[in-house]
Amino acid sequence: MSVTVSMIVNGKSVSAEVDPRTLLVDFLRVDQRLTGTHVGCDTSQCGACVVHVNGKSVKSCTMLAAQADGAEVATIESLAIDGQLHPMQEAFRQNHGLQCGFCTPGMIMSALDLVNVNSNPSEREIREWLEGNLCRCTGYHNIVKSIQAGAEAMSEV
Amino acid sequence: MSDTGIGASVRRKEDLRFVQGAGKYTDDMNLVDQVHAYILRSPHAHAAVRSIDTSAARAGEGVVAVFTSEDMAEVGGIPCGWQVHSKDGSAMAEPKHPVLAEGKVRHVGDPVAVVLAESRTQARDAAESIFVDYDVLDAVVDMQAAVTDGATSVHDDVGTNVCYDWGLGDKDAVDEAFSNAHHVSRLDLVNNRLIPNAIEPRCAIGDYDQATGQFTLHTTSQNPHVIRLLMGAFVLGLPEHKLRIHAPDVGGGFGSKIFHYAEEIIVTWAAGQINRPVKWTADRSESFQSDAHGRDHVTTVELAMDADGKFLALRASTLANMGAYLSTFAPCVPTYLHGTLLAGQYSTPVIYCEVKAVFTNTVPVDAYRGAGRPEATYLLERIVQVAADDMGMDATDIRRRNFIQPSEFPYQTPVALIYDTGNYEASLDKALENSDYAGFGNRKAASKEAGKLRGIGISSYIEACGIAPSNVVGSLGARAGLYEAATVRVNPTGSVSVMTGSHSHGQGHETTFAQVVSEKLGIDFDSIDIVHGDTDRVPFGMGTYGSRSIAVGGTAIVNAIDKVVAKGKKIAAHLLETSESDIEFENGQFVVPGTDKAKAFGEIALAAYVPHHYPLEELEPGLEETAFYDPKNFTFPAGTYVCEVEVDPDTGTVEIASFHATDDFGVVINPMIVEGQVHGGLVQGIGQALLEGCNYDDTGQLLSGSYMDYTMPRATDVPSFSVDTTVTECTHNPLGVKGCGEAGAIGAPPAVINAVLNALSEVGVTNLDMPATPHRVWQAIRDAQAS
Ligand code: FES
Ligand code: FES
Repeated sequence: MSVTVSMIVNGKSVSAEVDPRTLLVDFLRVDQRLTGTHVGCDTSQCGACVVHVNGKSVKSCTMLAAQADGAEVATIESLAIDGQLHPMQEAFRQNHGLQCGFCTPGMIMSALDLVNVNSNPSEREIREWLEGNLCRCTGYHNIVKSIQAGAEAMSEV
Repeated sequence: MSDTGIGASVRRKEDLRFVQGAGKYTDDMNLVDQVHAYILRSPHAHAAVRSIDTSAARAGEGVVAVFTSEDMAEVGGIPCGWQVHSKDGSAMAEPKHPVLAEGKVRHVGDPVAVVLAESRTQARDAAESIFVDYDVLDAVVDMQAAVTDGATSVHDDVGTNVCYDWGLGDKDAVDEAFSNAHHVSRLDLVNNRLIPNAIEPRCAIGDYDQATGQFTLHTTSQNPHVIRLLMGAFVLGLPEHKLRIHAPDVGGGFGSKIFHYAEEIIVTWAAGQINRPVKWTADRSESFQSDAHGRDHVTTVELAMDADGKFLALRASTLANMGAYLSTFAPCVPTYLHGTLLAGQYSTPVIYCEVKAVFTNTVPVDAYRGAGRPEATYLLERIVQVAADDMGMDATDIRRRNFIQPSEFPYQTPVALIYDTGNYEASLDKALENSDYAGFGNRKAASKEAGKLRGIGISSYIEACGIAPSNVVGSLGARAGLYEAATVRVNPTGSVSVMTGSHSHGQGHETTFAQVVSEKLGIDFDSIDIVHGDTDRVPFGMGTYGSRSIAVGGTAIVNAIDKVVAKGKKIAAHLLETSESDIEFENGQFVVPGTDKAKAFGEIALAAYVPHHYPLEELEPGLEETAFYDPKNFTFPAGTYVCEVEVDPDTGTVEIASFHATDDFGVVINPMIVEGQVHGGLVQGIGQALLEGCNYDDTGQLLSGSYMDYTMPRATDVPSFSVDTTVTECTHNPLGVKGCGEAGAIGAPPAVINAVLNALSEVGVTNLDMPATPHRVWQAIRDAQAS
């Protein structure tokens, strides 16, 4: 048995026949070959898989592809335009907000949703927002700095 | 200092791909015609396997093959890379570690069978229909119980659960010093078992090319050549020229991706069986049950002092958990990476350490960030604090009184190591100043006003990095050399590719190593690429662990560069029609000092590859050099950490109020990256101290088997840090570097626990084991009040 799912991924209409139990993250990684979205756990705890669905951050391991039918999905691959990094990406790079890079796409996509709702977040607000994102490498110190700098840069644009 | 040379906080090359989601991790790869492997694992800690019925699974939709150990009869066991000898001279017990269970399962998660299918879900569905007839046996979980007479054996052919009973130091001299001591402080402690939890789960893809007989394994490894050697020579019997190991971008390791794992063997072997690529990716719950765990020591430690608080002798006795099988480097962790560190920063004249390594029905335990050194530092810095309290001394005074002094280097410790350099008081002073140690009393009073208990804790750690001189480790039981290799390839138009045996899985080698090359060759940072992680591309190297990359891998690069420069001088001498001894190399130019004669590095490179005007009779064309560097000694980073906590006595919650780290890593190549390494290490150390603990129940079920149950540090659990450095240069490598990857995880736990106990001393609590969870702290306060 399979179902047809159609959605807009990074501005492009896509459609595919998938097993109904296909997770959105697998649809993105395997069917769409958008491997920037990662899988770090099986209990919806780590946030490596965060993408935007209709403009809000969502753990794509926690949603079926079929549930995203008709939605607009944005992944980390959508941010840089013509090789020009998004200010939040640039902020992570400038502030050493990543080491192995595995949590990074999820961190950046979460951070962008934070800035959507709070354009000038404090350290505490950032730390609390990252409740659903695990990083084992950075100790969070530089992620917090990156998000602060990214938010600032975004408000200047 | 140039803005891309040694000492500059250069932004990382690797980040351009990572922030765009363009990294290439193993699971991002999908090979044409691949099948998916699902591994059926034991649900029991200890059971005899009477029979396995795979017939239903074989008939499952999309199933390509099902294998059990019977199918793998030709395949060897998973080898151990280090042999420790007991006090009586006997070799450690080394039972077979089968790839798939042979007649018995020995921990929850032990692989039993593998299903290959067209999709991952088909493989998983089919695995559910495998029927295994288990005869459940008593599980050996607790280490103390495991070593008592009559305990069930994890391995019938060993007959006891003791893997080895090891000792280091002059026991008689220590006993004598204890009998004459003014005071003896004593402490029983547990170094809690941890699960490493790199955020990228392990993944392995096996590939076989029937036409050439070539096998390829793409894997999440910190050391591809080690895997090639172990799997090729000891498990599958494949010659090395027919086996390529490729470890692309790897999402964190912390030690857990050093080891050779069953799944790597399964996918490689199975690819040869079915002549199709085979892919396996761990679920996080599989990671919990199959990645090697860390720590897990139970220790008694005693410190003997004279009336002035001068240390006379130290004695430590430890039970160290090996888990069900010996993982690759497991035996050396509680011995040569632990006992040898027990002098710490102190001039304790005699030390004795004994370690019993114990088999239990749990996941194998091996090196995890720090590996032995956190355990040594924890017991030492805890007992030093107990000693200070016993003697009524300030935590800093007792340390100063016992520090090895700068004038005493090189310093021979009583536990085998020779420290080359250090200045422990300098780091202590800086840490105290940065943390306003003197102002603690005021802050404590303010906390008290608010109904909180405030405490301050110090830890002055040392560690040994840059493992290690091959002849030394060989004499201690290592079954490999521990050098590193590098090839510096100057391309005809002057760009440089460096092939290194070190592996980067977050450390930023592509940047720091390029900084070293840029500085040494005086060439543009952007024209240098660092290549790692592929046995077909890099020379035979030992990989990354033990904070060895810059000290050992970096030195190999420097030595190869020296050879390039030496050859460049010969070429320049020819082109400039002068003698080689007249040529000097500076800022990317071969020059004859005092003249205007000069050749740029790029001109020399071109001449080497287009040798029209070239001393072909004496010199080969080309400009590419390889160096293998075998370290002369370990390096010894050291520092002092000051942690301040606030405890809520009503809830038992501990909050880190501030954390100040001062480290001496020798010369720092990239301060930004080094600070990041310290931050990450600190949070793993704070995680161990306050949050993380691997728990098994009495039947050997893993209770902390997911992120719902195992408390990973999150952003709200930790503060921002103050990180500073002092510098004494390593004396035995050309860069003067020591290594920084593990320090945070080594130094932090005792600083945190000393701070918590300092806070709780007000309410009568004198001892507490990690993790100091709210429940434990709350209970300790209640117990102290009751007594
Ligand atoms: S993979 Fe989605 S939360 Fe971990
Ligand atoms: S950078 Fe490695 S997990 Fe965050």
